[in-house]
Amino acid sequence: MKEFFQKYVIMRKHDAKVAFKKMKRSKMCYLFLAPYAVLFAMFFIYPVVASIWYSFTYYNILEAPRFLGLQNYISLILEDEIFLTSIKNTLMIAICTGPLGYIASFVFAWLINELPRWVRSVAVVIFYAPSIAGNCYVIFSVFFRGDAYGYVNAFLMSTGIINKPILWLINPVYMLPICMVVILWMSLGTGFLSFVAGLQGIDGSQYEAGYMDGVKNRWQELWYITLPNMKPMLMFGAVMSITQAFSVCDVTMALCGYPSTDYAARTIVTHLFDYGFSRFEMGYACAIATILFLMMILCNKAIQSLLRRVGT
Amino acid sequence: MSKKKKNAAIEEVYVKPLIKRRKPNRSIAGDIALYIFLVLVACIMAFPIVYAVSAALKPLDELFKFPPRVFAQHPTMDNFSDLFVTMGKSWVTFSRYLFNTAFITFVGTAGHLIVASMGAFVLAKYEFPGNQQFFKLVTVAMMFTGYVTQIPNYMLLNKLGWIDTYWAIIIPAFASPMGLFLMKQFMEGLPTSLIEAAKIDGANEWLVFRRIVMPNVKPAWMTLIIFSVQGLWNNKASTFIYSEEKKTLVYALQQIQAGGIARTGQGAAVLVVVMIVPIAIFIFSESQILETMASSGLKD
Repeated sequence: MKEFFQKYVIMRKHDAKVAFKKMKRSKMCYLFLAPYAVLFAMFFIYPVVASIWYSFTYYNILEAPRFLGLQNYISLILEDEIFLTSIKNTLMIAICTGPLGYIASFVFAWLINELPRWVRSVAVVIFYAPSIAGNCYVIFSVFFRGDAYGYVNAFLMSTGIINKPILWLINPVYMLPICMVVILWMSLGTGFLSFVAGLQGIDGSQYEAGYMDGVKNRWQELWYITLPNMKPMLMFGAVMSITQAFSVCDVTMALCGYPSTDYAARTIVTHLFDYGFSRFEMGYACAIATILFLMMILCNKAIQSLLRRVGT
Repeated sequence: MSKKKKNAAIEEVYVKPLIKRRKPNRSIAGDIALYIFLVLVACIMAFPIVYAVSAALKPLDELFKFPPRVFAQHPTMDNFSDLFVTMGKSWVTFSRYLFNTAFITFVGTAGHLIVASMGAFVLAKYEFPGNQQFFKLVTVAMMFTGYVTQIPNYMLLNKLGWIDTYWAIIIPAFASPMGLFLMKQFMEGLPTSLIEAAKIDGANEWLVFRRIVMPNVKPAWMTLIIFSVQGLWNNKASTFIYSEEKKTLVYALQQIQAGGIARTGQGAAVLVVVMIVPIAIFIFSESQILETMASSGLKD
């Protein structure tokens, strides 16, 4: 046993030496990477670690952090009803818009793939524009205005479906569905671009081989040839849409107000802002951030292992 | 004679048909249905944007007409000139907001492009200890949003003394993981022999990077630029910047919209200014962006 251990140590030492020599030889590489690596560590790695650490403390910036243990998490889950509402809302939005937006991205990319070149590029602009149009979603607050001048109210009243205006963005019943519609409108984003580009890159001879082997219709073509070729893009698109689905806050804040009536449109990120930047309870806010972080990472891992089975 | 005929026959086979043959497994009815469906969806997608643009062109009396019309009957540029004339007299002028956003976007994007390409270059083309691990870390960082890191970021920036300066927005934007990821994936497609040839000719790494690699990845530049601009141009920055004269365009937009009915026209005009820049960049660089995105896949 001891001999074995010694051998192991010697081997490790040797490995370390080799690695160190290699590192010395590639000094140039580290110099090139250094600016990015330093900034990345400062603004992405350190904050995640720090936020996990602060989540176990009471910290309000003025006093030094005081260690609390799991108290923050316990009060989040057991005492904070608004947090539970916000989790419910976030999950509702994520479950409704995430998969739907993802599938829509793929379906539209696939449908426009066979169009002539210039039609396709126009279509890409039209479909992609909402997601980069910045604050354009505030225009929906004009459509869904609560008085009779709002377009939707005016339309519904003139057709006689309702006889008095509905307060779309103030009534908790309608808030979430409207937010979901707006988010879906914006959901053809980076993943969509990746799909369009990936579909263009599939080798045409594979389809010809498929016809020879008896592929009969579009659907078989999709399942047996297109999807397996698109796997890396599908993974990338999934990461993008999950990240987006969980971080909804701009749309709900702009449309339903902050805070919204009865907290009906509160999401996890809104809750985080409230505690972090309005009440300055940093420890509590960091606990929220940590929960959000874990949700995102776990969901991503789960979806990736699911996507690995596509087309096999 | 017979030889000529044979040649002609051969040529006929190899002449490309003018109209591309339709793919098998497609029915005309299905294609027509598909076109109609796509046109319908495109109309729905485009409607809010078209409406926003036409609202900015409407004179004041048309904005409040009932029943509302989608297109302006007498389009004017009054709303845009109002932004500079009326708001030119206020304490912080509109052009100042515009300058703030433009400055943040320009510097942030330029820095991001340089820093991320330098990192991506060595990650894609050189083997060194820690190479794979670092890249894995970057891909993990794409899986959560910036909101998770916002609070420790605030404290860090506070300690550095950058709160309430432009740098609070600009410097973190340099390290966006998305840009490094796309750049690295695209650079992997660059032939290694190109770099080796330059090395044999006596170029050092910096020269290779500046003269060989960067000119060859121009499509990826545009992609990095569009993602960075999209993030920075739409940045509200209300948590990191609190002096009025350093606030951004999106913040001004919210103020104007909160100003109520009297400023509806100006609000619509700012909305157009905010959204036109990313869309314009995208339209001009679409083919290059798609070229880069073709290598965006996540392999494992």
